[in-house]
Amino acid sequence: MSDIIKILEVYGMVFLQGLGGTLWVSFITVLLGTLLGTVIALMKMSKIRPLQWIVDIYVEVIRGTPVLLQLYFFWLGLPRLFPMLTLDETESVVLALIFNASAYIAEVIRAGIQAVDPGQTEAAKSLGMSDAHTMTRIVLPQAVKNILPALGNEFITMIKQTSLASVFFVNELTTSFKVVQSATFLVIQPLVISGMIYLVLNWSLSRLIRLLERRLRSND
Amino acid sequence: MTDRVLIRVEHLVKNFGKLQVLNDITEEVREGEVVSIIGPSGGGKSTFLRCLNLLEKPTSGRVFFDNVEITGRKVDIDRHRQKMGMVFQHFNVFPHLSVMDNITIAPILEKKVPKAAAEEKAMALLRQVGLQDKAGEFPGKLSGGQKQRLAIVRALAMEPEVILFDEPTSALDPEMVKDVLDVMKSLAGSGMTTVVVTHEMGFAREVSNRVLFMDGGTIAEQGTPEELFGNPKNPRTIEFLSKVL
Repeated sequence: MSDIIKILEVYGMVFLQGLGGTLWVSFITVLLGTLLGTVIALMKMSKIRPLQWIVDIYVEVIRGTPVLLQLYFFWLGLPRLFPMLTLDETESVVLALIFNASAYIAEVIRAGIQAVDPGQTEAAKSLGMSDAHTMTRIVLPQAVKNILPALGNEFITMIKQTSLASVFFVNELTTSFKVVQSATFLVIQPLVISGMIYLVLNWSLSRLIRLLERRLRSND
Repeated sequence: MTDRVLIRVEHLVKNFGKLQVLNDITEEVREGEVVSIIGPSGGGKSTFLRCLNLLEKPTSGRVFFDNVEITGRKVDIDRHRQKMGMVFQHFNVFPHLSVMDNITIAPILEKKVPKAAAEEKAMALLRQVGLQDKAGEFPGKLSGGQKQRLAIVRALAMEPEVILFDEPTSALDPEMVKDVLDVMKSLAGSGMTTVVVTHEMGFAREVSNRVLFMDGGTIAEQGTPEELFGNPKNPRTIEFLSKVL
């Protein structure tokens, strides 16, 4: 315990920077991953066949290959395929994480939308509501309740996945652990510190989502 | 009843995979008419009704509403559906919207009715069906009968020219059936064109101008309630009526 405090006194800034990196990478990944995931889910549910096929392949490839391999692809593979693309480690890692997240989130959103009673769509259509209004005013608000719990899990997975960025020495919490570990030759203490920060982060997030769920459910 | 034909179907066929559910139906509904559709389950009653506003897309055949072919290409089906209200067996009220919003959402969004006017109209309709105290509630707090009356009001708020009922009392507890039937009766009495798929033989006999007996994807027999209930001619009608009356 006293070791931990001593480490924090000397290397507190390193962990703080790491936390900042993790928060930033997570925020960007969650935000853009969710946006892209929504677009992909809508493409998957569109009536245009070729669009469905492209999305199917996209989702299968991302879900069927390891995320670490995807990180390598964005870091080493992309610049070779597109030489004019100059991404630094952080950018390529963040990009990879966004694409990875989007595939999983697309599936969560699609399942949530399709779980809404088809009778709701029929009722809206029978009133002469347009497709867009049926989706935005009737289906999506109800789908959110199905989507939110699974989306919360997805967010937590994404936050933990940012630790893979340490492979490429991108500034984040697991990299902080590696830095402190190699500077001090201590293992347990920096592990505990990094772990605790992740734990608090994800625990707060899951509480927040549970609170949101409860507020949404109060109308039922 | 007038001579104006509101709905006309010509050679309507509907297949689900290899199963033929509707087999070449040609029929009309006139303005002000109350038509009941009865018959055994699986006879195509609901599918026929759902083809009228194209919730079910016919495999072949044509559907006309007010002399416009709505099965045609480039038809704005949403605009036509606004004139054809529908009430479902399982109510399908919107659980995330208050009773008031359930009623006003479509008029406000699709007919650009000002909010205040839409709400005033909704209150008047709610009063007619005895739900004026529930305007601020969410549907989760309503009984089945209340939900169905809300669904009827929701359809009426669009000021439709015809209203389609798909077994509106089949999912209700027995003591709630009467409330809903009373609303339907007063609606029919007010001259609203009505097509209703029903197992309520009492309603079909008392309220409708015409009864269609559907079996095997065709209209096996039809006539006034007196003709069809008093003197059925088709053996299948006779058999069906002997079971349900």
